[in-house]
Amino acid sequence: MYGFEWDTTTPLTYATSILPIVMIGLTVTLQAAAAGFAIALTLGLVFALMRRNRIRAVSWTTALVVEFLRDTPLLVQLFFLYYVLPDYGITLPAFLTGAIALGLQYSAYTSEVYRGGIEAVARGQWEAATALNLTRFQTYRDIVVPQIVPRILPAMGNYLVAMIKETPVLSVVTVLEMMGLANMIGERTFEYLVPLTLVGLIFLLLTLICSAGLHRLQKIMPKAGIPLR
Amino acid sequence: MTAIAKDPIIEFAGVTKRFGALTVLDDFNFQVERGEKVTLIGPSGSGKSTVLRILMTLEPFQEGRLTLAGMSYHEANGSGPFRASDRHLRQIRSHVGMVFQSFNLFPHMSVLRNVVEAPLRVLGLPRGEAECRAVDLLAMVGLADKKDHFPSQLSGGQQQRVAIARALAMRPRVLLFDEPTSALDPQLVGEVLSVIRGLASEHDLTMLLVTHEMRFAREVSDRVCFFDKGRICEQGEPERIFSAPEQARTREFLASVLG
Repeated sequence: MYGFEWDTTTPLTYATSILPIVMIGLTVTLQAAAAGFAIALTLGLVFALMRRNRIRAVSWTTALVVEFLRDTPLLVQLFFLYYVLPDYGITLPAFLTGAIALGLQYSAYTSEVYRGGIEAVARGQWEAATALNLTRFQTYRDIVVPQIVPRILPAMGNYLVAMIKETPVLSVVTVLEMMGLANMIGERTFEYLVPLTLVGLIFLLLTLICSAGLHRLQKIMPKAGIPLR
Repeated sequence: MTAIAKDPIIEFAGVTKRFGALTVLDDFNFQVERGEKVTLIGPSGSGKSTVLRILMTLEPFQEGRLTLAGMSYHEANGSGPFRASDRHLRQIRSHVGMVFQSFNLFPHMSVLRNVVEAPLRVLGLPRGEAECRAVDLLAMVGLADKKDHFPSQLSGGQQQRVAIARALAMRPRVLLFDEPTSALDPQLVGEVLSVIRGLASEHDLTMLLVTHEMRFAREVSDRVCFFDKGRICEQGEPERIFSAPEQARTREFLASVLG
């Protein structure tokens, strides 16, 4: 497969021989998670801000969209983007479809995290910003967002880990990520134990690294927010 | 009521402010002359802080008319709770500054950044110029050496002095002080009052001060207004208000706070 040979004589030789393919899958997994999370972080903030919009039509529509994204299965959204959108002339590459589906679903979660963070900013901060005549945009960019970062970091970290673990879903729309590749190897060799164990261990390692990194980030992040000088 | 201003910068005419069923300001009439230093005193809940918050556009009001330097707070075709556009409110705010009871410094910003933030963003000053002015203002409040500190590293008194410098950096014509020393430990009150005292000698700056520091009010103000139940019950020169109050309510209040 892809010019690789594998050796199933012992579990160890099997594992080492498929490792290069699994690593290719890993890069796809990481790229999908990174792209999906970037979309989720950005779009989630946009949703959170739109929900706070003073125009009712905007805030209610946003609430509806967020609720819909949150309450329908990722798999349904993924199939919809992949199979239904082309009927309307929108054809996206499989990887992009997958990243967007992950990003959309998780943006519904992150928007709630942002909303909680924004609501926890003391009223005096908003009033001081008003008294200094900052615009709403400037208030969010310079005052609110830097202050909510330390508060939302733990919840965002949890969603990142959850999203990494959900990337195998993308294999159903032909994205060749790590889990999908392991499954294909199994189909050819009729030996599932080693590839699946290997992939499971890599996922475990990945989420452990993420958790440790986030923990470290929380420690060095000042409680007051991203410092501005 | 006496003391009709000749050239009022602030003019409340029949302003009524309600929070739900509670009427905080009741057909309120009040004028402040350009450069005048006015202290608002009275029991809590009497509406004095609300006057400042309305002036700062932090609260809308329901009835009446308010003008600042000739600008009405309501626009003819205005909408929303303020019955004015954001643009119009921003224009009003550009003349007003406020110092809060709880300082409200931005905790993630250095002292210097707290002071330069609005001049950079709102006035669009170049960074060098904004920082230069900020350092001058910090020197004026005695904190030039703290410019790289963060608010959490300062005492309450120091934080409030930074907040005063931050408000002044926007060059307001009207500066509002909402109980600026009420959140401070007694030994830190003096340093903040002495900064405000320094400002009181500036001719062009109009100051409205809500405070419980009666001795200070007597010393710095041109006029003292005693508030009761959403109206000014009695007002006049500080000497007269404190030594010969005419209204029974004023006498009672002064007796209770002066002990």
